[in-house]
Amino acid sequence: MKKLIYLDNAATTRTSDEVVEAMLPYFGTYYGNPSSIYDFSAESKQAITDAREQIAQVLGAKKEEIYFTAGGSESDNWAVKATLEAYASKGNHIITTKIEHHAMLHTCEYLEKVRGAKITYLNVDENGLVSPEDVRRAITPETILISVMFANNEIGTIEPIREIGEIAHEKGILFHTDAVQAFGQVPINVDEMHIDMLSSSAHKINGPKGIGFLYIRKGVRIRSFIHGGAQERKRRAGTENVPGIVGYGVAARRAAETMEERAAKEIAVRDHMISRILNEIPYSRLNGDPVRRLPNNVNVSMEFIEGESMLLMLDSLGVCASSGSACTSGSLDPSHVLLAIGLPHEKAHGSLRMTLSQETTLEDADFVVDHLKEIVENLRAMSPLYEDFIKKNR
Amino acid sequence: MYSEKVMDHFQHPRNMGEIENASGVGTVGNAKCGDIMRMFLDIDDETHIIKECKFKTFGCGAAVATSSMATELVKGKTIEEALEITNQAVMEALDGLPPIKVHCSLLAEEAIHAALWDYAQKHGITIEGLQKPKNDISEGEEDEEY
Repeated sequence: MKKLIYLDNAATTRTSDEVVEAMLPYFGTYYGNPSSIYDFSAESKQAITDAREQIAQVLGAKKEEIYFTAGGSESDNWAVKATLEAYASKGNHIITTKIEHHAMLHTCEYLEKVRGAKITYLNVDENGLVSPEDVRRAITPETILISVMFANNEIGTIEPIREIGEIAHEKGILFHTDAVQAFGQVPINVDEMHIDMLSSSAHKINGPKGIGFLYIRKGVRIRSFIHGGAQERKRRAGTENVPGIVGYGVAARRAAETMEERAAKEIAVRDHMISRILNEIPYSRLNGDPVRRLPNNVNVSMEFIEGESMLLMLDSLGVCASSGSACTSGSLDPSHVLLAIGLPHEKAHGSLRMTLSQETTLEDADFVVDHLKEIVENLRAMSPLYEDFIKKNR
Repeated sequence: MYSEKVMDHFQHPRNMGEIENASGVGTVGNAKCGDIMRMFLDIDDETHIIKECKFKTFGCGAAVATSSMATELVKGKTIEEALEITNQAVMEALDGLPPIKVHCSLLAEEAIHAALWDYAQKHGITIEGLQKPKNDISEGEEDEEY
């Protein structure tokens, strides 16, 4: 069997052995419902408390401020929809950006259409950065929420969250951040950054799928999004996903403990890959900020070729990656993030995202770049756009 | 996601390349939606038999595979026979395509028609049943230098 080189860690990660091991007793042994009163359930109840504490510590939050959900998308939906409901007397204006995840963008579009919310979608610069001054200028007396993602899932750009948080705090407006790609990857402190709500998902940090949380600062008045029980301090009904929560706690603790070392390792491989690609493949470009960037994100565009073709070729070598081309998005439009940073359609179609893990080695990186050079060359030989370009510049 | 035949034609495309001084060249699709196909035909002026057919394609796996299959279907056919090759025929020859990729096979049909139209224009002839191709490379985005 060919070796698998998994470079799609922004999509999901391998659940670590340590996490799986910690979860197992909560399937077969301690399966009691945490809401039950008998002693047998005390173990599962305690496990949730411990995990909540582990996660709160990573954020500098209190454990009562962590609310478990089914994942990042639910957390985003909850934060925005419930804020609009709870703060209706103050206004109905929300400020967000053009490069948010669809869990945010589609929710905002829904609220615009169905609930008459007013949404401002801020532009970003060519590296994908939101300007805090643009945030300030967009604020109106009706603004009830500012929501800016911590780091972008496609191009890896890390947003100026602290600066935006300060503005929100100064103006007395709630500040939410979708930190699905950032939690456990880069340092976050909710107090220092003036974050009022934060979404996260376990499976991006070697935790299990189907479990996430929404951090809600004490005093934020949003109410339940899922009704039907008193779980999560009456704010999120449904029997707790105990094994998932336990796994999340372990994954969060582990991510925080290894963050520095892991980031240094990933950045070295990331920058090696980026510089080789830009130096050795003509008409290639880096998408996203070169410095304010997630440690594990490589996103490049190869001119004159299309992303899905690259992915299929890489797949046949056992390399898993992703692209912002239309063909991989299920629509005729390429990635909204790449269009928002000003890429013309054909360069957005030719994008390739490779997201590393701590297990990605320099040898893996070299193997991929060596083959990528060949793949790009072969696909360009097939491309009428490249033919036209060469003839024009002869 | 793709049939074995699609993957075979994607990884080993038949008739990929250009024909110098081709008797007909057609380009369809646009960079905006992510697919461009260019078909080159070499046609015998006496017999109207397509002696040679080559392609170049910018696009996804399905776009490359349908181009490759279309050239195989067209080769050795007369102009009239080539006109009867539908996107359905291309798809069937590839053992099907995922629903979202059906438009790629339409592009292959249109590319054949565009190349035949070019041939007809160059030779001042009318090919019965052939419409002026509606798709061509759009003006596209502004050129940008890296």
